[in-house]
Amino acid sequence: MLPLIRPCSYDVVFTRKAGSSSTVETFLRDVAGLAAVLPDRGHVVNLCSDRYRFAVGFAAALCRRQISLLPPDNALSTLNLLSVDYPDLYCLAEDGQPGPGVFLYPSDAVGPPFQGTIPSFPPHQPAAVLFTSGSTGQPQPHSRSWGELVHSALAAGTRLGVAALRGATLLGTVPHQHSYGLESVLMLALQHGLVLDAARPFYAADIVADLSAAPRPRLLVTTPVHLRVLLAEAGTLPSVDLVLSATAPLSSEIAREAEARFALSLVEIYGCSEAGQIAARQTSHTDEWRCLDGIVLRQDEAGTWASGSPIAVETLLSDVIELRGPERFLLKGRITDLVNVAGKRSSLAHLNHHLGAIDGVVDGAFVASEDTDAAVSRLMAFVVAPGLRADEILNSLRRRIDAAFIPRPLILVDVLPRNTLGKLPREEVSRLLAQWRIRQ
Amino acid sequence: MLESSIQNPEEAALAKLIISTLNLEISESEIGPNEALFGDGLGLDSIDILEISLMISQTYGVQLRSDDENNHKVFQSLRSLSSYIQSHRLK
Repeated sequence: MLPLIRPCSYDVVFTRKAGSSSTVETFLRDVAGLAAVLPDRGHVVNLCSDRYRFAVGFAAALCRRQISLLPPDNALSTLNLLSVDYPDLYCLAEDGQPGPGVFLYPSDAVGPPFQGTIPSFPPHQPAAVLFTSGSTGQPQPHSRSWGELVHSALAAGTRLGVAALRGATLLGTVPHQHSYGLESVLMLALQHGLVLDAARPFYAADIVADLSAAPRPRLLVTTPVHLRVLLAEAGTLPSVDLVLSATAPLSSEIAREAEARFALSLVEIYGCSEAGQIAARQTSHTDEWRCLDGIVLRQDEAGTWASGSPIAVETLLSDVIELRGPERFLLKGRITDLVNVAGKRSSLAHLNHHLGAIDGVVDGAFVASEDTDAAVSRLMAFVVAPGLRADEILNSLRRRIDAAFIPRPLILVDVLPRNTLGKLPREEVSRLLAQWRIRQ
Repeated sequence: MLESSIQNPEEAALAKLIISTLNLEISESEIGPNEALFGDGLGLDSIDILEISLMISQTYGVQLRSDDENNHKVFQSLRSLSSYIQSHRLK
């Protein structure tokens, strides 16, 4: 059995928000209180945007042996689609959030006085299901057991040296309904005696204010985009003992600048929704990734496979990897069909399917941008659609795909220069783009 | 005046900055001052908002905060964003 939380004592602070704080004991009472009133169903979509409520909801679901579903977004259409595959799901929601089978987070569900027993769960108990969009466009479920989540959090904590930061406040800028947020915000805090900051800062000024309000030692769990806007702030940045970055590759320049200006140490984490966190590196010192303890990689004609505790089933990774040993590697970009825009994933096949399904579109192809200097690498699209304007096609696309994947630019052409295999050669794409730039 | 669908000079300047910040392939006059910046309008996402917030801080000295009650209203349209900047600008 593996415990929900590993605090050094029950009366220490577990969460902090806007100046107030509550203890581990209060957290466990809230968990017991919510667990007692949750609907009797098998799957829950935890929509709580408040981090503390999300944590209580996640823990209460575990107590009731319910599985938390983590869809790629909380749009009503996504949730309704999910309820087809999981007919027994309900949504744990805060005021005004729409969803199938909404159960409102009760403001008064306080459990009985804490008896001194921390809930613990068997390693094989299914805890969460994360989703990625596969090449067909149908969301692919990836199940994560409680044991996988705990072992992953412990392995990451060992690599990051979190033991030395016990009692530190952990502030995250990333959503908790995401593989990275679940592992590096919630699970890291639960399993390493950290204080979970319930704030979710967005703008640079928010991050600075929330960091300043937290006592040291403190951790910041963030992304390359947030780091870039933070470093663009002219003023003094509050010192942070450990900064974690994930979702997209971070440049060594940004890593070095962050360590020079405010981060005692900046560690980048490499992971994916399929397998969870896999490796880490201190980006200012090396471009080589080292697997978390217990994880090894191997390659065959299909690609690179990750296995070993805490990954239950050997998993094929969707990146091009150069192995330098079973536990050391370099990342060489994504496998061509898969795209990642600011941490959101899709596949070109899925996006092309939606583009081709628009009335009036004869042919069309999404292409990953060659501009590798941009902070966020967006997509572009070439479309054959006589009679349609670019803005009409864009409006149709917005109703079908996530805003992150909207092509910039969308270029109308008379015909796509496909080769005999039906593919669009890279040099033809460059030629089309150059022609279009001249016309602009 | 507020209902006008023609950009005032401040709005036109802001539209130009947004387009260059985000590498949008449109001209500034194509951003209607009352058109939604998210969704069916320009279709911006949260990463774009962060990029725009950085540009606003550097250009106008205005630091956006998400605990500001008006935050949602601020990013509703070019007009709402521009009038917020004009009433808070330091540069």
